[in-house]
Amino acid sequence: MSQQVDININQLFIDKFSDFEHQLNGQKTLPIHDLRKKALHKFKELGIPNSHEEYKYTNFKKALTKNFTFNQLFKSKNDSSSFGNDYIINELEGNVLVFINGQFSESDSHFKSDEIDIKPLANAYSENPDTIAQHFGNYSKNNEDSYALLNSTYCNNGVFAQIGKNKIVNTPIIIYYISDARADEAVSFPRNLIVAESGSESSIIEVYSTIGEKNSFSNAVTEIVVEENAILNYFKILNETEHVYHVGLTQASQKKNSTINAHSYTFGGGIIRNNLHIAQEDENCTTNMFGLYLLNGNSHIDNHTEVDHKRPNSYSNELYKGILDEKSTGVFNGKIFVRREAQKTNAFQSNKNILLTNDATINSKPQLEIWADDVKCSHGCTTGQMDEEALFYLRARGIDKDKARAMLLYAFSIDVLKNVTIEPLKKYLDHIIAQRFNQEEL
Amino acid sequence: MLYISTLFEISLNSRMSKDEQILEDFTSKEYEHGWTVDLEVDEAPKGLNESVIRLISSKKNEPDWLLEWRLKAYRLWLTMEEPDWANINYHKVNYQDIIYYSAPKKKKELKSLDEVDPELRDTFKRLGISLEEQKRLTGVAVDAVIDSVSVATTFKEKLGELGIIFCSFSEAVQEHPDLIQKHLGTVVPVNDNYFSALNSAVFTDGSFCYIPKGVRCPMELSTYFRINAANTGQFERTLIVADEDSYVSYLEGCTAPQRDENQLHAAVVEIKAATKAEVKYSTVQNWYPGDKNGLGGIYNFVTKRGICAGDHSKISWTQVETGSAVTWKYPSCILKGDYSVGEFYSVAVTNNYQQADTGTKMIHIGKNTKSRIVSKGVSAGKSQNSYRGQVKVMKRAENARNFSQCDSLLMGNDCGAHTFPYIDIENSSAQVEHEATTSKIGEDQIFYCNQRGIDTEKAIALIVNGYCKEVLNQLPMEFAVEAQKLLALTLEGSVG
Repeated sequence: MSQQVDININQLFIDKFSDFEHQLNGQKTLPIHDLRKKALHKFKELGIPNSHEEYKYTNFKKALTKNFTFNQLFKSKNDSSSFGNDYIINELEGNVLVFINGQFSESDSHFKSDEIDIKPLANAYSENPDTIAQHFGNYSKNNEDSYALLNSTYCNNGVFAQIGKNKIVNTPIIIYYISDARADEAVSFPRNLIVAESGSESSIIEVYSTIGEKNSFSNAVTEIVVEENAILNYFKILNETEHVYHVGLTQASQKKNSTINAHSYTFGGGIIRNNLHIAQEDENCTTNMFGLYLLNGNSHIDNHTEVDHKRPNSYSNELYKGILDEKSTGVFNGKIFVRREAQKTNAFQSNKNILLTNDATINSKPQLEIWADDVKCSHGCTTGQMDEEALFYLRARGIDKDKARAMLLYAFSIDVLKNVTIEPLKKYLDHIIAQRFNQEEL
Repeated sequence: MLYISTLFEISLNSRMSKDEQILEDFTSKEYEHGWTVDLEVDEAPKGLNESVIRLISSKKNEPDWLLEWRLKAYRLWLTMEEPDWANINYHKVNYQDIIYYSAPKKKKELKSLDEVDPELRDTFKRLGISLEEQKRLTGVAVDAVIDSVSVATTFKEKLGELGIIFCSFSEAVQEHPDLIQKHLGTVVPVNDNYFSALNSAVFTDGSFCYIPKGVRCPMELSTYFRINAANTGQFERTLIVADEDSYVSYLEGCTAPQRDENQLHAAVVEIKAATKAEVKYSTVQNWYPGDKNGLGGIYNFVTKRGICAGDHSKISWTQVETGSAVTWKYPSCILKGDYSVGEFYSVAVTNNYQQADTGTKMIHIGKNTKSRIVSKGVSAGKSQNSYRGQVKVMKRAENARNFSQCDSLLMGNDCGAHTFPYIDIENSSAQVEHEATTSKIGEDQIFYCNQRGIDTEKAIALIVNGYCKEVLNQLPMEFAVEAQKLLALTLEGSVG
């Protein structure tokens, strides 16, 4: 029975390729199309992972088979009726690019290309062929992970951004990926390529949201290259409903003296899988990873992070926190690799979870793999509940139970939130967290 | 105490005479306990099939149900695949190239130690175990297992007075078949994994221990395993049953002769602790690790598991792993009874080309259960050392508590340390903490020792012993000494 299902979903993704080719309008001649074919070939080999160790706790196969028909894939036109501006983060200004079901919406987007070379990826295939050839799909994980391969096969659009040498860009790039699932199921394969040239400093914010009650599936890949001395702040925010299935890979490559601050916020969803892979290719790299997941309902959130220290004198720090309510499931896997040459590396990792009910589950796997001797590495992982004494302390001072509980949970989250330096974004996230604990303000 | 002192002598003599030399380059040192003794061996033909299993069963004069059990396990094993998820690389074992049964020929029933084969006794002497001395001095009852068949069991009468059963497995099958039938395979089921199925099909001997209600075993029970005849896989089966309110401390120690062909050891250890019972299981494992080029050595694929079946019961595993080319071993506790406690203390030292993938599983099922994991890994040379553990808190396990600590120490730049902890929590009242660190020996620590006149090698031994102290403290006195010795010896010369 299950075997039957396997064949169907894999075959379906393979068969859809001709439909996809038909709607490309002559883009088949671009070199990018060869990459698509290669990816499809590899995907045929691997298929959607079923019992693979990397996807041990998170299996999309069933959900995809059960909840999606994929009938309209690459055929449908977008519903043109407006859905308002609810998805916009208030007061947050910057270069805004909006994609609806994977297709670029020019009318909703506004961006300036004076400081940054920024455009929809579909335009970059022909306009920036060198950069595309140099970076697109060239980072290892893209060729090992089935979902990344699937994205490489079907991706057509997303954001291309190249931040010029020594440019300090204060306005962030904000990418809204909206799944319009009002009329029909929504499926999209967003793909971004961010190149931060040497000495530059910039911020990228990816926001995923869904409108409508039908199911949506998005399979995203973001490739990031941070060159020498550059600093990049990367945010990925998912505030989704239970009908949403998302698997996303963020693959970053760091050069000498560069810094990446990666932030991940997940506030719900059906099944969400975030893969964050950061490879430190050269010396003196700094990597910070902050993650927060607040889950309720039947949400299933899986955060997989990986830092690969390949060269000496590097630093990485990771803090992921989660609060799991109702019947939600959280999965955390944090890998730290310290290669033989990466002497004097300091790597720290911490994963903290609070379970609020007995129906919630956490599966945590902090994983250290070290081949160099002169390093300092540690990881810590805790799972527990709220501190009864702290709760009592607050209640003894006249704060009611719900409020006291909310205050403590909020304080737990703030450890992660305080690392956000963009004020309007911080305010937005703060608001979502406060709302989650049923408090107007904390 | 003599076997320890012999061990001492071996190391002390060499230490005193060529102290410097040994310290300078211990990694080139060949395995000390490497020799074989020619015993008359009664062997089964190479290979594994149903008739070999029937032969083993008939040689041991086993009841029909046990033969059936073996055959069932064998048929199951045929359908299973050798697992490959562990972080180890080795040449796959050819299971048809192993002799599954070999026993030292029994000439007659042994009534006293004097009747033991003199050559065999000589082996023990060279290993540092003197049965007579032990009988008189140490108060440790030894069930010596050599090549799968027990040839000497001591202190039986003394234990017998208390109602404690401590004997070889085959003896237990003859004399206490009901107990065996009741408990065998209940903690580690036949189909648990590839190696447990193999063991269930072909195990030749092992130890059985039963502690009756309310009895506190007055001495440390101990077995010595030794792999001897060439190409003999060892398939030991140990079963320890502690009835209500009882206590037992069980020791297992191993040395094996040098050999260039890889030898397989797939043992199964099962422990059952009833209400308020406590079982403490300690292992010092020093099998032949292969030479310094990674040639030869023992494959140690062991399934060890204990179940705290009753309330307030406790199972504690302590292991010091210094030998074997490949170690693949996860002593686990199933905490079924309320208020039960599981402990795992481990020191795993790897040098040269050794590989170890070891850790534990703590499955919290009962309420108010507690577990504690302390794992210390030391890797040197070109070795790979992995900790792999799972802490699972089931939905109904209210107030479960776990603390895990797994530290790794790296010596040199060709080795690796890996940590794979799985933490799966399904209950909101659980409190689970896990921490791990990886580091090397601090230069300031060595400097501090040097400054006080302690040379670098000794300083390292001192620091490593301090690093492992938390675990070594859990070992019974005799083992602690041996273990400390082993640690120092295994690591000498590995740091420049």
